Amino acid sequence: MTAAHQHGAPAALTPSKSTPAWRLLVTLALAGAMSGWLVVSVYKVTLPAVQKHAAEQMRAAVYEVLKAPARWDTLYLVNDALTRTAPATADMATVPMAFVGFDAAGNRLGVAITAAEPGFQELVTLMIGFDPASGTLIGFKVLDEKETPGLGDKIERDTAFGGQFAGRVAPLTGVKGRAGTPPSEVQTITGATISSRAVIRIINNAVARWRPLLDAWDREGAK
Amino acid sequence: MTAVVSDQSAGQPAFVPGAPPPASLGADIWRGISRENPVLVQFLGMCPTMAVTNTLANGIAMGVATMFVLVGSGLLVSLFAKYIAHEVRITSYILIIATFVTLADLILAATFPDISKALGPFMPLIVANCLLLGRAEAFAAKVGPARAVADGVGMGLGFTLSLSLLSAIRELLGRGSLLGHDLLGPRFEPWVFMVMPPGGFLTLGIALLGLAGIIELRRRRAEGAS
Repeated sequence: MTAAHQHGAPAALTPSKSTPAWRLLVTLALAGAMSGWLVVSVYKVTLPAVQKHAAEQMRAAVYEVLKAPARWDTLYLVNDALTRTAPATADMATVPMAFVGFDAAGNRLGVAITAAEPGFQELVTLMIGFDPASGTLIGFKVLDEKETPGLGDKIERDTAFGGQFAGRVAPLTGVKGRAGTPPSEVQTITGATISSRAVIRIINNAVARWRPLLDAWDREGAK
Repeated sequence: MTAVVSDQSAGQPAFVPGAPPPASLGADIWRGISRENPVLVQFLGMCPTMAVTNTLANGIAMGVATMFVLVGSGLLVSLFAKYIAHEVRITSYILIIATFVTLADLILAATFPDISKALGPFMPLIVANCLLLGRAEAFAAKVGPARAVADGVGMGLGFTLSLSLLSAIRELLGRGSLLGHDLLGPRFEPWVFMVMPPGGFLTLGIALLGLAGIIELRRRRAEGAS
């Protein structure tokens, strides 16, 4: 339109000669290849450590929620039935697992399972230890949460809240402002009511889902 | 380019397209910590500043990770700048930055899984921290590798120190602890507000106010002396 527009950018900002397209392509291809090589190399080096940490975290969680079992068996949920053999084809991270813990004498202490449901903001992932025969809880541990710092994240750190669950029988109900009475009441955390209720809901749903599966395993699979 | 020369010959340190004025490596490092502090002076990287300064450990980890990316990308950008065509330089710089961010993310996950978990999505988001592309384009591409690394170290230290300052204040008041060690005892009621996003804005505002006060005091003192 105006003279300035027709002339375009000032001469100083325009490269003196334009670069051929093949050179741009070669530059980006080389940069991409180098970047890819670096990322893949470091990924390969760090992968064992990352997997080791994940396995350690899982082991520590099982040990904690089943109150120090001497050993445990791992069961895999495939096609709505439990099996002792790990499925070969499926992506292992998505296969639901149950950890059956035993004491030194071989008595079953309980079963640990993981469950995730939305909390106040995002998924809350718990590991829950319970006795499938009676529905009595042994304990739970928060594996992952992104609740409000200082409020909702107390479900992970508040020992008075976490300590109530051992010995309570699912399904649980949350009560506010007073201590929960046995067998099934637990007191929610002040300032973290929604997150506390999420924990209770996750436990109730998980226990309801896994008890029939574990009963079926006791009747048939465990033989 | 003639404009650049005439500005410099006139002795005016104006912001001009072109190479930064020559300086010693020590000055390159000190500038990032002080006069051109990325957070408190340049206001770059505000997103991680607000998001991860709720505990001191998170603030330090984010600062060190950013410094790693600044140094690594600065070095590579400086080495390859003359081979990268003008038209694809932004693409190439971002690719280099993204590579180092991924490396930092992987290394952190392998070495400090708890901190990696706490930083969550904010580690990959370092790619979008304008501090990195800003230093690559404005500084590293126009100087030699040694100065680019010095600038990365300086900017990284400046970023880490600013984040440490903010996160220490927020963790101390918001949780009563520093690096997870309880300092204020059981009778202290934590100001939960401080570890939530509004606390971040308040702390940054007070830090900037304090800095502006110091600068103003020094200016008045200099005026009084002259």
